[in-house]
Amino acid sequence: MDFDLKPEHRALQKSIREFMQEEVKPLVKQIDRDSRVPDELLKKAGAAGLFGIPFSQKYGGMGAGEIGYCILMEEMGRVDASTTAIIGAHTGIGVMTLYLDGTEELKQRYLPDLCSGKKIAAFALTEANAGSDAASIRMKATREGDSYMLDGEKMWITNGPIADVLSVLAITDASLGARGGATCFAVESNWEGFTAGKREEKMGLHGSPTAALKFDNVRVPQENVIGKVGLGFVTMMKTLDIGRVSLGAATLGGAEVSLESALQWAKARHQFGRNLANMQSLQFMIADMASEIEALRSLVYRTAWLVDNGRPHTKEAGMCKLLGSEIASRCIDRALQIHGALGLTRDGQIERGWRDSRINEIFEGTNEIQRIVIASELFQEIGVRIRP
Amino acid sequence: MDFSLTEEQTMFRDMFRSFAQKEIAKVAEHTDKEQCVPPELTKKAAEQGMLGALVPDTFGGAALDPVSYALMLEEIGRACMSTAVVIAHHTSQATQAILDFGTDVQKEQFLPLLASGEAVGAFALTEPDAGSDIKAVTTQAVRNGGEYVLDGVKTWVGNAGIAGLLVVFAVTDPKANGRGISAFVIERDTPGLKVGHREPTLGLRGATYHTVYLDKVHVPEANRLGGEGDGWKIAHNCLDHLRVALGAAALGLAQSALDAGRSFAVERKQFGVPIATKQAIGDYFAETVVEIESLRHTIEYAAWLIEQKKSFGTEASIVSVLAARTARNATNRMLQVHGGYGFSAEYSITRLYRDARALEIMAGTAQIQRVLLARDVFENTGVKVAP
Repeated sequence: MDFDLKPEHRALQKSIREFMQEEVKPLVKQIDRDSRVPDELLKKAGAAGLFGIPFSQKYGGMGAGEIGYCILMEEMGRVDASTTAIIGAHTGIGVMTLYLDGTEELKQRYLPDLCSGKKIAAFALTEANAGSDAASIRMKATREGDSYMLDGEKMWITNGPIADVLSVLAITDASLGARGGATCFAVESNWEGFTAGKREEKMGLHGSPTAALKFDNVRVPQENVIGKVGLGFVTMMKTLDIGRVSLGAATLGGAEVSLESALQWAKARHQFGRNLANMQSLQFMIADMASEIEALRSLVYRTAWLVDNGRPHTKEAGMCKLLGSEIASRCIDRALQIHGALGLTRDGQIERGWRDSRINEIFEGTNEIQRIVIASELFQEIGVRIRP
Repeated sequence: MDFSLTEEQTMFRDMFRSFAQKEIAKVAEHTDKEQCVPPELTKKAAEQGMLGALVPDTFGGAALDPVSYALMLEEIGRACMSTAVVIAHHTSQATQAILDFGTDVQKEQFLPLLASGEAVGAFALTEPDAGSDIKAVTTQAVRNGGEYVLDGVKTWVGNAGIAGLLVVFAVTDPKANGRGISAFVIERDTPGLKVGHREPTLGLRGATYHTVYLDKVHVPEANRLGGEGDGWKIAHNCLDHLRVALGAAALGLAQSALDAGRSFAVERKQFGVPIATKQAIGDYFAETVVEIESLRHTIEYAAWLIEQKKSFGTEASIVSVLAARTARNATNRMLQVHGGYGFSAEYSITRLYRDARALEIMAGTAQIQRVLLARDVFENTGVKVAP
């Protein structure tokens, strides 16, 4: 057993931390207020290599694996949830689909620009009637010569309005449905027939652009099929497993700063002639936060280690997302409570953190779906198949 | 025992519900976005008697019994929590202080203004270093002949942005160790009183919370409520009333979250069926109604105690804890039921979820309520529970 980070991972952590402190932290308030992460910032993040952390150096990535990627998400999650969502949706699910199942030719074509941040990726699975029930997607891909014609709509697509390359799931054989009849495609946003709708107004993550996407007979060459025809659902589910681990890491970062700000305020604020640190109810909140954070850290990095070592990790990935999102929500909520009325004002960082945090319990598979995934893995181990 | 509403209370509730659904609910989204309750709405509410709910009819009020008042706030809270909170600050704090501690002359002078909505009431107690710890108030009221001169800073003054009258707490006896606080009714345009920074808030965005500066504000002795040193008692009395009032509004908020979640769960189909048929989703609704119904009866009981002129401080704290929990859990679960739609500003549930959060902080944090309750539990045991 070895719980220390390798020297190269430690160095990576240090450089990301510096980047986040110097470049992102000063903009956090502006990002929330203007509902936009400045292009300039994304360019800088690209130049710093933050768009290709887990991917092989062969394709222009940093080759830091899932552990390196979790370090990135944790450090980013500590500073700004919107920027984290952009780079997370790009790396953990958008590019990851190509990286896991794309042909060598596709990877050579797209990955270098995606890893350098010159291009941004998105992952397009959800539809109006296919959320938790992802297998109910309707979007069609009809074969026409050497191409497929994609027709339909996607919804709630993170990075939708800014993506250059999208991993899109569509039905190629309606008789088989999603399991066996769905295929994953790499689609470029400048191809004819593709349009992104207006940015959704959301409670939090204001800087993360989310939109509905319209595909009006978009011609996609057959070389752009990711993985095997008919097995797109498997590709996407495999990708989501990995995304869930890194989402757990991002929530870990968020939970850590909640604890740190709670500690600082409890030290500074005096009521009844002593600081809040000396109030037992608050001490218990702090102790609970710290305990949950330690458990989450161990879970996230052990699961990343499972991924890097090619071991099964579906169940653990679900746990990372489930526990991480709930722990992060509890931690920011307790931090808000410790801040009292100050926690409710939009002048401070706590209020934003509270709004930003809630979506973690919903996106990339609601926590209800995570529980179903975990239960279904457990029952499968004893030969029982459950249905949602 | 009789758990039914009287005929009159039922009639009032139906009237409130119809007005709230017709006039308030439709502008709730607008109130949140524009960060103020539309003045026309306040005017209409005043015409309905909603700003003079507890004021005797001799002063132009609706003279509602406490249960009817709770029903009114529940129906308003169900339509728009910001509007309910504005009316609660106005009624259960500013108006209540004058009703319970004002002289006949003060009542005659101020109650008609408050009841007609000509003046909205505000309550200025909190200070930068006196939040949960009320005794730490430092605003000074120095006696000077037949008047007082007030100096200090108040924060988080509810309704300050729209108020015509403010009930302000200040120290008249610095040597009395936190007990020398007195309450004053001050008109908004009194020289030296300045309404400053407005807090941009997470929720309840239609309600206004400001910092209020008092710079040599001259207040006639006739504007002091109760005697010197009664401030502590007045503040506590009004906070207890506010806890019950906010509880009633929170009940409406929780109910409206449940309404929104129920409609969504019936319409939204996943795995070929409405999600309402899924066991895990059903659990969310079951837990929510358990809390809503417990809260409803606790509030009715507290309101009944008020009506019977019995002490209700313990119940006020119980209502506060239970109401915050109920509204927060209800809005949180119902947001989850909405899935991705729950995070979209286009659905009301995100507003309800933001609005509910303040309930664990306003009128005494959830932690202070617990201290008060523990103190009551240990009363007569020889153990004194302190924060």
